[in-house]
Amino acid sequence: MEAAQVSNEPQPTGDELLVVDGVKKHFPITRGIIFQKEVASVKAVDGVSFSVKPGETLGIVGESGCGKSTLARCIMRLLDTTDGRLVFDGRDITKLSRPAMRPIRREMTMIFQDPYASLNPRKRVGFIIGEPLEVHGLGSGAEIKKRVQELLEVVGLNPEHYNRFPHEFSGGQRQRIGVARALAVNPKLIVCDEPVSALDVSVQAQILNLLKDLQDDFGLTYIFIAHDLNVVRHISDRVMVMYLGKVAEVASRDVLYKEPKHPYTGALLSAVPIANPEIGRKREAIVLEGDVPSPVNPPSGCNFHPRCPRFVEGHCDVEDPPLYPFGAGHVAACHYALERWPMDANEMRRATATATTPEQEPEQPLRT
Amino acid sequence: MVRYLIRRILWAILLFIIITFVTFVIFFMGPNDPARAQCGGDQAQAACLKLVTEKYGLNKPLYVQYWYFFDRLVIHQNLGTSYATGQSINQAIGKAAPVTASLVFGGAILWMIIALTVGVFSALRPRSLLDRTAMVFVLIGISAHPVWIGLIFEYVFGVKLGWTPIANYANFFGAPADSGQPGGPWQWFYHMILPWMTFSLLFAALYVRMIRANVMETQNEDFVRTARAKGAPENRILVSHVLRNALLPVVTMLGMDIGVALGGAVFTESVYQLPGLGRSLIIGVQANDFAMVQGVVVFATIAILFFNLIVDVLYAWIDPRIRLT
Amino acid sequence: MALLEVNDLKTSFRTEDGVVGAVDGVSFSIEKGQTLGIVGESGSGKSVTCLTIMGLNAKRNTISSGEALWKGRNLLTMKPKELREIRGNEISMIFQDPMTSLNPVHTIGRQLEEAITLHRDVTKKVARARALELLKAVGIPRAEQRIDDYPHQFSGGMRQRVMIAMALINDPDVLIADEPTTALDVTTQAQILALMKRLQEDFGSAIIMITHDLGVVAEIADDVVVMYAANVVEQAEVHDLFNRPQHPYTWGLMGSLPRLEADVERLTQIPGQPPSLLRPPSGCRFHPRCPYVMEVCKTSYPALEPSRDPDHLQRCWLDQETKDREAAKLLETTMAEAG
Repeated sequence: MEAAQVSNEPQPTGDELLVVDGVKKHFPITRGIIFQKEVASVKAVDGVSFSVKPGETLGIVGESGCGKSTLARCIMRLLDTTDGRLVFDGRDITKLSRPAMRPIRREMTMIFQDPYASLNPRKRVGFIIGEPLEVHGLGSGAEIKKRVQELLEVVGLNPEHYNRFPHEFSGGQRQRIGVARALAVNPKLIVCDEPVSALDVSVQAQILNLLKDLQDDFGLTYIFIAHDLNVVRHISDRVMVMYLGKVAEVASRDVLYKEPKHPYTGALLSAVPIANPEIGRKREAIVLEGDVPSPVNPPSGCNFHPRCPRFVEGHCDVEDPPLYPFGAGHVAACHYALERWPMDANEMRRATATATTPEQEPEQPLRT
Repeated sequence: MVRYLIRRILWAILLFIIITFVTFVIFFMGPNDPARAQCGGDQAQAACLKLVTEKYGLNKPLYVQYWYFFDRLVIHQNLGTSYATGQSINQAIGKAAPVTASLVFGGAILWMIIALTVGVFSALRPRSLLDRTAMVFVLIGISAHPVWIGLIFEYVFGVKLGWTPIANYANFFGAPADSGQPGGPWQWFYHMILPWMTFSLLFAALYVRMIRANVMETQNEDFVRTARAKGAPENRILVSHVLRNALLPVVTMLGMDIGVALGGAVFTESVYQLPGLGRSLIIGVQANDFAMVQGVVVFATIAILFFNLIVDVLYAWIDPRIRLT
Repeated sequence: MALLEVNDLKTSFRTEDGVVGAVDGVSFSIEKGQTLGIVGESGSGKSVTCLTIMGLNAKRNTISSGEALWKGRNLLTMKPKELREIRGNEISMIFQDPMTSLNPVHTIGRQLEEAITLHRDVTKKVARARALELLKAVGIPRAEQRIDDYPHQFSGGMRQRVMIAMALINDPDVLIADEPTTALDVTTQAQILALMKRLQEDFGSAIIMITHDLGVVAEIADDVVVMYAANVVEQAEVHDLFNRPQHPYTWGLMGSLPRLEADVERLTQIPGQPPSLLRPPSGCRFHPRCPYVMEVCKTSYPALEPSRDPDHLQRCWLDQETKDREAAKLLETTMAEAG
């Protein structure tokens, strides 16, 4: 456990926009008849480290309960972290007070999943988008109005609709409003938490294209959180796979999808239905057994071991794997990483000594 | 489940201590001088005042007096003696409580019968004639004051139609032999008809509205659609799938409303001159009888806490999501 | 004879704003053991179609017409009692959200047994044994103990397994699955899809799979119906549909899908929003969003007709040549990486 944390501690070189270092978020579970005492904790995020370079899109993918949304809220400082460090643009923001955070909130904004719930139904769209500008005192009333109309145009809405209410828009249009609001203060980083999960495919494509265009036009950096591997693949430069509060694997997009090293990544990839019967029906899906365990009592050793087809008794359930390097920033937390891809279920089950397990102690500390 | 129960019981005890303390302090701070009240008010003699003050420890600090009070209450289950009549308050309440209990529980049964039938049927046929009539009834029930309703019932059913008695109570187990008053179960029932109707109108109205809304909401639940997809007939769906879920929140409300209902009973009792707790309270207030008022309040508190506890247990029993955690 | 034959099914709902035509002339049929995928976006009418067949729409304010012939008898005009005997017995259904589809106050076992005793005159003991058998068949671990648990003690994936057990308990001829994996995680979805495939082999039921996910359709369906704005726009055998899609909406759907197996720099997007069914567009309902729109599309709606292949139905005025060209182009981009 200790070794793992040491080995994956990022070494900032100074050009990262965001460095997340060993961040943990544990929610206490209290029990007691009158006085509540902590008896356990939900380890929603349990020692996650990564960094994001300016202008790139880091996709974070994982199933429900893997801690990806909690992580996003920690990054945005909407939740206080239990442990670890957050460095944004060279500044440690882990413990900044609310007033001290305020200028930072101009630099990083967030887009939420539910375009229905995240917009105040009683406020006009102009107000919703202009509010961050007002809060940060960026311009007079007329200037803000002009800027809001500009933003509406940028996200593909009619600037005339300035005075409408959210319910007058469709789901996709509402998500455009959410994008405009996140864009209003000219942020450097936008954390997108499942921004297209609630949308239909055709509308989802519109929003994904919009996000890509905006990134090109304004040089934005995204952290893009989703459970849909197709969507993450489409939009990301690098992808981080999370499982049960921990990082399972990080790699550049093409490497991760072509040569996954972590069995969980492999299982995820093989579980995605492929919209092509010729390809989809030929491959043999690796179906994982059971459910994701409770983050209250995560399994010992590697937290994936109870469901892992490559589980080796006496090793995986004892020693928590560090993030082993596989070259070019590709790391995976697995003692018996996959040798090649694709593999069928039988091949995958044989974690042999020939598995390309790197040295126990990676020579070089890793940046991910 | 056991943990849940222990927590509930401990909460009830804590609440009991807090409420009795607050009640005690309110009366202690009040403008009444209990010693004077006991010695005959304005004509009180100095010797009597001194004696009473000594006897009840009225010159001691607040917390000591509270401790006396609490000790008497818990260890000896004694609510003290009335300042006005010198009678045991335990006895007075023992006489008054069955009357109020008859009113409140009889009324609760009546309001639940009305609310369940009307509420469920109007939910099944929304916007039907029955539903619309029920909504008018709800409006009247909620907006009309029980005293006003009571007087109207009294006039219509008692005076004009002569169907029911218009006042007084009849003991369920028979009246004392020498009183010459009516007694026995039938007389009891006969005398309680109007009070029950008056008392339950407000709650019947509130519960019709609540049950109607709950049933309509539950009918749209996915599991009800599942039951239909299984091929279950409508009456079975209603009983086995809709009602049990729709009535869960009603049980909680019932626990909370027992307290409110006790308050409402005061009005009904005074309209029909029923010798219940409400009347004891009013008489106590009028006579500056601090001990009586406090006795009634403490007794009512215990009753409310007790019924809330029962409702909590009942709720845990019918909702597995609570029972099993 | 087809097991279930739906002809010109129409369902509309009276609302305060007017009549919403949720399903407007849908026809399809399904044979024994076949899997039919119905794919479309929200509001396309795919769920309402199946709820209408099952008679599960709220009676109030719903108007249905057309026919749904079940072994030759019209489900839409059947007496409620006759329909109840078919529901859950010959045709059963599972729903999207396993978290809310089970009654929270009854045990799993009781709900499964209810499904049997409603249709079979068996003792409680027999019903329970059957319930246990099905729980084991759908892969609930420690089924003997878990049968007395309540729904909240199960995870989402496990609850969906219970729903499937309940749907299959009377050996139905058709299982209608309304977005059964949409609320589930991808690895759980894979478990459920694998389970459904296996059970279909064991039980021999036909499956109608309603989904918005082309991937799920491609994995599991034999035939596919594509719905848009309350209509069927295209219907074909699954390979045929994915290799030679004939309708611009299907092209749009396929092009707007980010893919695991192919690199697409920019997704093809369908502009605009699905139309309001209160006042659907004149002519072809897709014409306001269609990049190939012609004058004729604005005024008259093409019928659902065979294209070159008699089993491949589509509703589009475009000429065959354009369709073939566009389909080939689409296939090329989506297959670019896959090889």
